[in-house]
Amino acid sequence: MNPHDMPSAEQLVEAVREWLERDVMTSTSGRLQFHARVAVNVLAMVERELQVGPTQAAVHRDRLEQLGCADERDLARRIRDGELDDRLPEVRELVWATAKDKLTVANPKYLD
Amino acid sequence: MDELSSALAEVVGAREVAELARLSGGASRETFRFLADGRPLILQRQRGGDIRDMGVEADVVRAAFAAGVPVPELVASSNQPSAVGSAFMVLTAVEGETIARKILRDDEFRTARELLPAQFGRALAQLHTIDPATVPGLAPQDQVRMYRQLLDTSGEPHPTFELAFRWLEEHQPPPCPPTLVHGDFRLGNVMVGADGLRAVLDWELAHIGDPMEDLGWLCVKAWRFGSPKPVAGVGEYAQLIEAYEEASGLTVDPEVVRWWEVLGTLKWGIMCIGQANAHVSGVARSHELAAIGRRVCENEHDLFLALEGRW
Repeated sequence: MNPHDMPSAEQLVEAVREWLERDVMTSTSGRLQFHARVAVNVLAMVERELQVGPTQAAVHRDRLEQLGCADERDLARRIRDGELDDRLPEVRELVWATAKDKLTVANPKYLD
Repeated sequence: MDELSSALAEVVGAREVAELARLSGGASRETFRFLADGRPLILQRQRGGDIRDMGVEADVVRAAFAAGVPVPELVASSNQPSAVGSAFMVLTAVEGETIARKILRDDEFRTARELLPAQFGRALAQLHTIDPATVPGLAPQDQVRMYRQLLDTSGEPHPTFELAFRWLEEHQPPPCPPTLVHGDFRLGNVMVGADGLRAVLDWELAHIGDPMEDLGWLCVKAWRFGSPKPVAGVGEYAQLIEAYEEASGLTVDPEVVRWWEVLGTLKWGIMCIGQANAHVSGVARSHELAAIGRRVCENEHDLFLALEGRW
């Protein structure tokens, strides 16, 4: 439980993103406008992470557990050392699913 | 700028240097354009502390020009600190466009887009004929090892990249004669006009390796800039390979090109980590660099797509 008043973190980020889109993007050009667009994209990404982050974290924990790995670093090391060679199709399936989860936050259009 | 103008007049032997203007200033080098007695020239100068040797790059450009590759002509260069810079090259200015999104979308490049795939194939075949022995200082690179070390240095764990490294190591292409490769041949690093390819630029990553590296890198998804066409966003694999085979007399194994494309995708992913690290470590604070860190998963997804059915 977090003790903060409304707006939520997600709503605050959304407010700044909307201001960038409504006021900054329309009154700038060239490099500054490009960097404002980058900022809009970054904030939209943070909004998506705030929305789906907790669910994704739980799913990721389950996947690591299924492979008997403590965390991402442990998984990377075990792939490298060949410790998971007898179940590589399963490893690939789970790692690809994680990549898709990351894209859902970072750049959902990339999955189209 | 006045001081730079007179230093430039001296190195190119011109009576008058006019309209000196800075085009871009990266972390490691700056680019200027100027007129020397009315002739448009480009100055590229290295900032202090750059590990790359611009003298080697100048030799590569000279050798490429001699081999008939479309490149700017080298007018002057030096590796000695001078009033022009710590190390520099002066090249003829080639008119055209380098911005990938314009080349891929603007109407004025409609014809160019049709010509580019075969022009790329021919230019690569030509540049691969350069005798590497004519450019002292060029080093062979074991790219798999190099990027494995970069990933390890970054400190970031990436299970997808570990899977890809395993695949790359198990499917190494057969060794080939040492060849001079450009190392960064793609839209953004070529000058394009309405008539297509005008000049191959940015030779600072040239090294000795497998010529198929350049073909594979040109097909990496990031260098399609959102276009569905695999070769630089402008063509099909067969167009590039046919033109390359015809010009070089060699036979290209598309699976070897694919191996280099997979390594290229992995390389770009590792470079994305590096760019985000430049922000996080404080070397260059920038939300643009920070955001690139979240593009790593695009490369992970591309690796799975490319390797599906090939594992």
